[in-house]
Amino acid sequence: MKSRSLLADIGKSFLIAIWFMVLLFPLMVMKVNVSKGVAQVQFRWNMLPLVGIAAFVLSLLWRFALEWNEKRGNDSRAGGPLAKLKALTSQYLGIAVVRKGALFILLAFALAYPFLFGMYHTNVMITAFIYIILALGLNIVVGLGGLLNLGYAAFFGVGAYTYGLLWKYVGHSFIAAGIDPGWLFWISLPLAGIIATLFGILLSLPVLRLRGDYLAIITLAFGEIFRMVMQNSGDITGGATGISLIPRPWLFNIKLTPQKAATYIYFIAIVLVLITIFVVRRIEDSKVGRALEAMREDEIACQAMGINLVRNKLITFALGAFWAGIAGVVMAAQTTYINPDSFTLWESIIILMAVVIGGTGSIPGAIGGAILLKLLPEYFRALAQYRMLIYGIAMILVIIFKPDGLIPRKRKQYTFKEKELAK
Amino acid sequence: MEYFLKLFLSGTAKGSIYALIALGYTMVYGIIQLINFAHGEIYMIGGFTALILGGFFFSNSMPVWLVLLFSVLLSIIYASAFGYTIEKIAYRPLRGKPRLSALISAIGVSIVLQNFVLLAQTEKFMPFPSYLPEFSWLQPYKEYINSTQLIILGVTAIIMVFLTLLIKFTRIGKAMRATAQDMHMAQLVGVDVNQVISVTFIIGSSLAAIGGVLICSYMGQINYYIGFVAGIKAFVAAVLGGIGSIPGAVLGSFILGWTESLGTGYISSDYEDAFAFVILIVILLIKPDGILGRTQRQKV
Repeated sequence: MKSRSLLADIGKSFLIAIWFMVLLFPLMVMKVNVSKGVAQVQFRWNMLPLVGIAAFVLSLLWRFALEWNEKRGNDSRAGGPLAKLKALTSQYLGIAVVRKGALFILLAFALAYPFLFGMYHTNVMITAFIYIILALGLNIVVGLGGLLNLGYAAFFGVGAYTYGLLWKYVGHSFIAAGIDPGWLFWISLPLAGIIATLFGILLSLPVLRLRGDYLAIITLAFGEIFRMVMQNSGDITGGATGISLIPRPWLFNIKLTPQKAATYIYFIAIVLVLITIFVVRRIEDSKVGRALEAMREDEIACQAMGINLVRNKLITFALGAFWAGIAGVVMAAQTTYINPDSFTLWESIIILMAVVIGGTGSIPGAIGGAILLKLLPEYFRALAQYRMLIYGIAMILVIIFKPDGLIPRKRKQYTFKEKELAK
Repeated sequence: MEYFLKLFLSGTAKGSIYALIALGYTMVYGIIQLINFAHGEIYMIGGFTALILGGFFFSNSMPVWLVLLFSVLLSIIYASAFGYTIEKIAYRPLRGKPRLSALISAIGVSIVLQNFVLLAQTEKFMPFPSYLPEFSWLQPYKEYINSTQLIILGVTAIIMVFLTLLIKFTRIGKAMRATAQDMHMAQLVGVDVNQVISVTFIIGSSLAAIGGVLICSYMGQINYYIGFVAGIKAFVAAVLGGIGSIPGAVLGSFILGWTESLGTGYISSDYEDAFAFVILIVILLIKPDGILGRTQRQKV
């Protein structure tokens, strides 16, 4: 390590502050207004010192963080108070009773939630659950298979439109036959999963030959094409206005008030989340999951070991798409209204952010990321306009300083126990 | 036939617009194999800087040609400074890490820059004044091509020739080619890789700024979001032609421009943006390395 003085650091940061003051001058200090077709420029001089001070402080912090990151990389045992806390929690969570107790309390709280809080909070929570399912699904593709998918919202849309279109075209014959249209929810749930899976396979066919970033761009293309088709085939899908008045799920012919319906969907969502977690964990430990992880680490080595890459990529996309389809149906049932604007590229990117910030490849990470990204903006409404800016910065910081995410994935390890050796 | 010619020419103009942005993409990709999602944002920032500074100069009653010169020059300088800074902050710490990391970081940068401009300036579409000259001798043909289009076409051609010469014959061009081939080897023979990458970003960003000013003059408006769609399309063009190849980027851009304008003319204008993506999928299916791209074998 080079030895550096504090003074040199401050000097450097001072230069950086000046650099940023010059760099951001036109955009931060000057503001353009157009009146009567002529551009008028205002000056906001108070921004200039702000930019300078912020750049100065941030550059100091940035350098310390980079250095600290490097040190931590060299010496993996280095432990600050944070690391100690982490060790302590993982030690306690290792004890079965404590872990089960914690899970039980969490589950009890989750079950009581809609009765404790109002309908608004229940709805917010449902959205968070939908995002958990989405993040877990995308986690299979990005985390497990290592394939970047930027069109994931399209599968979400496939699910939602399955339910919506079914309601639009079959709904009236259900009502005519005296069957509650809410049945359609239960029909579309598996159907949407299957259709989304088929779309996933369809998409993966052209991308099987492609590597990393080409794949990202082609999934992006697919997502945009899906949105445009939904938007422009107005006769079939309702175009930009979408489909409205989608029925709530059927429940023993009971007429539900909006409040009760929200609670009902909340429980459906929670069950689906639990199923997703269970299945995804099983997938991770299965033969397929291991093959996918191998594919993520090294495609060529993986092929040399006799793993069929084509088959595995198909499986990855199909599995990921399935959960997005399911989440789409729940989303359509919750909002009772869908239109193409809910399935833009930004939606895909927010789901990707949840996975990356939470921890690529880690199930608790994906859950945590989804909750973080969906709940925080609900409770910090004042910062609403800064939301995407903060998300973007968070994504860059996480990928630089904590590439494994906030809750990193645990590597499978096998440790010999003495007892076993003695046998 | 006349209808076809009209569409063909408007496609050519569109293609030269994409080419200006695609050149920057392809240069950066050629050297560090990164899809620089923020490239479209640099283009937007170039346009915005020109709008702001041009507005300032113009309201201080400067002659039009001086306004044009100063705002273009300054926006090129600012955009290159942005490109340089972004590379240092968001991409350099990730060098040597898995390639997806840098890509995700690039998406993050793109979001940050968009929202930064949205918050610091405005979310509305701003009218963009045209400081570009009008050629009077082009009047009779204005149905087919207007002077802004002609200027864009000319600038694209000049830049392409300039870049080709730069990469083929100069010292830094040689260093760029070496870095693109093998970064470690280049380092071993004494190429300052960091400097080469910085220069690449600066050149790419200044091209984006030129593109920003020209395209905004052509479209007549600007807002914080224009960079993203243009960036994606330019990337598609770069992939079409074979990413990393400079003539390829230009060729791909023209093909994309023609496809879009013929597609909207003969098929349907609802799907204008979809043509780019459909053609991307088709090309990647037939020849994943693009039209002029060299087939790369993966090695262990």
